[in-house]
Amino acid sequence: MDTTLLTIKSIGTLLRDKKTTSQELVKLFLKRIEDENETLNALLGVSQTALNDADASDQRRAHGKELGDLDGVPIIIKNNIVVEGWRTTAGSKILENYVAPYDATVVARLRKAGAVLLGAANMDEFACGSSTENSHFGPTKNPWDKERIPGGSSGGSAAAVAAGFAPCALGSDTGGSVRQPAAMCGVVGLKPTYGRVSRYGLMAMGSSLDQIGTFARTVEDAAILLQAIEGADPKDATSTDLDQTFIPELTDKNVAGLKIGLPKQYFAAGMDEEIKKAVMDAVRKFEDAGATVVEVDLPHAPYALATYYIIMFCEASSNLGRFDGMRFGYSSSGESLIGSYERTRGEGFGAEPQRRIMLGTHALSSGYSDQYYRKALKVRYLIKQDFDHAFKDVDVIAGPTSPSVAWKLGEKFNDPLTMYLSDIYTVSANLATIPAMSVPCGFVNGLPVGLQLMAKPFDEATLCRAGMFYQSVTDWHTRIP
Amino acid sequence: MLLKKDQIEHIAKLARLRVASEDIAMYQDQLGSILEYVEKLNELNTDNVPELAFAVGSDNVFAEDKVEACSEATRKQIIEAFPIKQGDLLEVQAVFADRTE
Repeated sequence: MDTTLLTIKSIGTLLRDKKTTSQELVKLFLKRIEDENETLNALLGVSQTALNDADASDQRRAHGKELGDLDGVPIIIKNNIVVEGWRTTAGSKILENYVAPYDATVVARLRKAGAVLLGAANMDEFACGSSTENSHFGPTKNPWDKERIPGGSSGGSAAAVAAGFAPCALGSDTGGSVRQPAAMCGVVGLKPTYGRVSRYGLMAMGSSLDQIGTFARTVEDAAILLQAIEGADPKDATSTDLDQTFIPELTDKNVAGLKIGLPKQYFAAGMDEEIKKAVMDAVRKFEDAGATVVEVDLPHAPYALATYYIIMFCEASSNLGRFDGMRFGYSSSGESLIGSYERTRGEGFGAEPQRRIMLGTHALSSGYSDQYYRKALKVRYLIKQDFDHAFKDVDVIAGPTSPSVAWKLGEKFNDPLTMYLSDIYTVSANLATIPAMSVPCGFVNGLPVGLQLMAKPFDEATLCRAGMFYQSVTDWHTRIP
Repeated sequence: MLLKKDQIEHIAKLARLRVASEDIAMYQDQLGSILEYVEKLNELNTDNVPELAFAVGSDNVFAEDKVEACSEATRKQIIEAFPIKQGDLLEVQAVFADRTE
């Protein structure tokens, strides 16, 4: 059995029909990891208890218990989400030997759902990056071309799903870190509305931007996984009660009458022609099925990247202040307390987090905070307003996820600003707090292209309806590297 | 745009980051060009525009003032993670050692 094409749904069917057991499947996935992870470096660690967890699931099933969709299904967890007993490193030297003493809320919910936590995914250090090259533990390779990046910062999670290490994974998305690697690796990546999924146990980067997102081969699977982890959490004051829920399998795939907006700013001159073609071909599929497509105007789109970077630098600099070598993590002593902080952080953090910490510190410092941080918060308001206006006329906004397909390892590494520009289509959703998803929509030179769909706050149901429709009339998601 | 050496040193001090002297020039350049890019926001007139600081509603969210005990196993794990300890106690350097600045 080739693990690469297994989905949450197909695994559920095989288990229910007693064609296989969770233990047998987990053994297959572990073998796949054993064969391929050394080359790909998608995972930083594999669970020592996976087979036991799988066995427990099989026992539950044998006793005739009513089991959910995720019971016995293996899943990969990005290494900035704490899992009790696992080294949770955030891809950094400063947490290289940090063993988490508690579970993130999403992890606790997955355990409750009977999922088998299989392994920890590699990532850009503290989510600072778009290529997974900023990991202290080496880059992850793109399964489609091992000389290329898988995207980032959740590159390990995306590559793991693409390479068949597990049918699904969790990642985190602050400015595109779930959607962009999903696009680069030819899988589905879903970022929920801000507040839909608890951030308790997710190492914070940009507290007003971060969300845990789901990776899978199919939109249906990504939605099933989302349903298992979403919902208000008393431990996360920014999480919201959901008054609507939807069941992925019952989602009507009918898109007749769906109104799709194409932002004119996303299709400006200079856009890669082949990516544009793949995206427009995808949009045409919706039109052929009765959806209407109109142009929308997001006048502040050219300012989204600058707005995002200022806010993110500021929030990250504040959030990374807790890594000081005092209570946990890498610790290096200086002659004084301040000297110890400086050494610990100077030696423990890589260049990209240091850059962001410094930029954020500068932007929040006396004399500069009005000019940078508070100005950015105002532009954020304008950007959100653009989306509110657009969503009066359309249900979904579509465009490319990334301005380019996967680039070669090392190609953009030495120029941070060029790296930042690759986030141009994804940052707005985090700024406007809306849900967004990348769905595979084709290839350019053998490398995957992602179609990005965005919807109104808490309207993941429409996103999934659109995505599931698209996957019912295309087969990009069935291609394997 | 290039930041000045003393600006980098000041920022590093605020951020409690020790920057190697050979890296200062690189940061002057990189941080400078990134800051130059974000200056773009000054093209926009934002007089009378509110700041969007909170993503969700601005109501206060309260929790009950209730102590939730931590299990002994968790407590042990946390203590195990202390970089420097004496028994169960976390050891740190003095905050107010003889300061000259």
